[in-house]
Amino acid sequence: MPPGALDNVKVADFTWVIAGPIVTRYLANHGATVVRVESQAYPDYLRYSRPYKDNTPGLNTSGLFALYNSDKYSLGLNLKHPKGLELARRLIGWCDVVVENFTPGTVERLGLDYEHAKEIKPDIIMLSLSAQGQNGPHCKYPGYGIELQSLAGFTALLGWPDRSVVQPYGALTDYISGHLATAAVLAALDCRRRTGEGAYIDVSQIESSLQFLAPLTMQYLVSGEDFVRIANRSTTAVPHGAYRCRGNDKWVVITVWDDQQWQKLCQVIDQPDLAEARFQTVTDRMEHVAELDQFIEEWTIAKTAEEVINLLREHGIEAVPVQDTRDLYEDPQLKHRHHFQVLNHPEMGPCAYEGPPFKLSKTTSKLNMPAPCLGQHNEYVCTNLLGLSDSEFVELLAEGVLE
Amino acid sequence: MWLAPYRVLDLTVEKGSLCPKILSDLGAEVIKIEPPWGSSERKQEPFYQNMPHPEKSLFWFAFNLNKKGITLDIEREDGQAILRKLVAKADFLVESSAPGYMESLGLGYNDLIKVNRQIIVTSISPFGSTGPYSRMEASDIGIMALGGYMSVCGDPDRAPLRISYPQAYFHASASAAVGTLIAHYYRSLSGEGQHVDVSAQQAVVWLLMGAAQSWDLNQVIQPREGMFYTAPGGATLRQIVYQCKDGWVSMLLRGPPPGIPGARALANWMAEEGMASDFLKRFDWNKFEPGRMAKEEMDAITKEIANFFLSKSKAEIYNEAVKRRVVLCPVATAKDAVESIQLDARKFWMKVEHPELGESLTYVAPPFKSPQVKRRQFHRAPLLGEHNIEVYQKELGLSRQQLVLFKQAGVI
Repeated sequence: MPPGALDNVKVADFTWVIAGPIVTRYLANHGATVVRVESQAYPDYLRYSRPYKDNTPGLNTSGLFALYNSDKYSLGLNLKHPKGLELARRLIGWCDVVVENFTPGTVERLGLDYEHAKEIKPDIIMLSLSAQGQNGPHCKYPGYGIELQSLAGFTALLGWPDRSVVQPYGALTDYISGHLATAAVLAALDCRRRTGEGAYIDVSQIESSLQFLAPLTMQYLVSGEDFVRIANRSTTAVPHGAYRCRGNDKWVVITVWDDQQWQKLCQVIDQPDLAEARFQTVTDRMEHVAELDQFIEEWTIAKTAEEVINLLREHGIEAVPVQDTRDLYEDPQLKHRHHFQVLNHPEMGPCAYEGPPFKLSKTTSKLNMPAPCLGQHNEYVCTNLLGLSDSEFVELLAEGVLE
Repeated sequence: MWLAPYRVLDLTVEKGSLCPKILSDLGAEVIKIEPPWGSSERKQEPFYQNMPHPEKSLFWFAFNLNKKGITLDIEREDGQAILRKLVAKADFLVESSAPGYMESLGLGYNDLIKVNRQIIVTSISPFGSTGPYSRMEASDIGIMALGGYMSVCGDPDRAPLRISYPQAYFHASASAAVGTLIAHYYRSLSGEGQHVDVSAQQAVVWLLMGAAQSWDLNQVIQPREGMFYTAPGGATLRQIVYQCKDGWVSMLLRGPPPGIPGARALANWMAEEGMASDFLKRFDWNKFEPGRMAKEEMDAITKEIANFFLSKSKAEIYNEAVKRRVVLCPVATAKDAVESIQLDARKFWMKVEHPELGESLTYVAPPFKSPQVKRRQFHRAPLLGEHNIEVYQKELGLSRQQLVLFKQAGVI
């Protein structure tokens, strides 16, 4: 069995919803021991989130929660009980890294902020991932990735010019900040190994996400040109878009990047109008793109997506299907990459989890444990990881410290 | 900064440039290696004052901030020999060429470890370096289509949409930075590097949130819903994008417990301004269940909210929402981001001098704040070959004459 790259890393996980759990999931999937601190009284909001297995709501049957919490242990703690707080502090003493993504101010109220964590363990590395950062006039304003992606600018870039903007699906800022915050944690871990110094890392979802729009923000400041939505068009390639094919809601994406490809496209489509002067050069095609798109769709709509793709790809033109979520499970490349991995969950049974977007040549990214049920690993965490005796553990149970 | 002792050889173009940028933001020294005629990344728009020019691409500026720049033709044997010399002294190499290309030049991972047993090589490609699609080229929209993300964006009566500014390779690059540093951690324990093989398609599939699970668990295919939202697998469809006087806001009405305080605060605000019906004033938010309420009831609520927002500007709505803790966000544009009082307080916008342009340009700051990290100096992206002398002469010890010969021969 190849080793996990992070086999000796220990993480105290105070995260919830999506962004924070993405960080700890990355670490857990690569071998780190990650202990989620959870509570029956205030469960992670994601445990209430659809989709549920068999559409049956339950604290341990949310597919969304499962997705983001593979390979993690769950410790159910009553943090309002002084012994619960003490155990949380003991967990901090045990770990290398603390991760939290609550609204700024929350961990201070719990007495689990960096200053307190440092007292327990001076070289602790602590990541606070938040909507807009730990300081500033809006820092305490709650935010979720679903809306934050609009604040970050992505929604303004999505939609048809003749219609309202539309909402990007999901919560883009969660993923972007998840990647970047994880990179920061790993960098800080390396620095500590060399220098013995810990770190407090403050990452904002909005600031992370604006990295992906940096050239456009610069363009605004230099030329005054702001974000604009252009549906599926491109400022450099034409044609460039999604075209309807025969069947129910079937689409093919077609892109043409130069005159040679354009010639080939004309050969395949064999529509005399396309040879006319108004489509000859790139500039011409850009000017008449609406008409061009119409001609292309008149051709694609009579064929299945497979037919369109085969014909165009034979001539070296990019043509790919717009895959839906069912298609992803059939996708041969995703299968080759083991993107979806099935794990057997005590309440949900076998279901598909996702792996990381990269393969490492020597160490493993194979997922091993399904998401935990709430408090599933109380005994393991207390006795095996934190070194409590059996009687100490039983006492905590009796006093209602563990949930 | 945390990665200060390390050197990254950056062979990426626009498809992977953000990965070494992230490593640079975390402190690493990054050397961009371009062909003598310049990287294709210098052709990426937008351009400074909309004038295409290899030293004026804002894309180049943004993603190559702080990197050093050297020129090298790695398709030449002499160039390959020089690259090997550089690899011997480097910690990371990041590249975004088509799978098979580096191997064809004798510069694949298995070749480079002969020169430096510990090197970590990160390859960013559309689908990964092996597998049935690995030899297929793909553009941003192609990856968004094959990654499933287009299928869930846009109005149902028109084509599925991609975001109007290419994003797929940024997601791949951000994930690549994580893979690179996971490999780095392992190397620090084992002394062994490894190959980090990144797929942009997989990074895009990550964006689907629970939509893919909906098929796996309940055989439901997530549709695209435009300005509306259903939690994956069916809850009541509800509006999420609302028009206001000068744009839009995004607000998702959530159920108990987290959604209740915000929803109640919104209803109170509307009532205070005389814009809440009796129905809304009397609505018991504790019984609000977006998961299963009747569509007519949901629509009645969102219709009133839509009407309310239409009477106000983005700024009015957001400022009041912050005070009252109604969870929503304006659909921000660059203007909003640049004028944000929050980003200003965070010192997020930073000026970097461009002597060649005769002015300073404003950049996004790295998104990592830490009391352990001192504020650094930022240098604009390198001019073509700007650090050739520093790297080739001063460091690798080539003589000035050798450098000139290589330059004339087109190797450098």
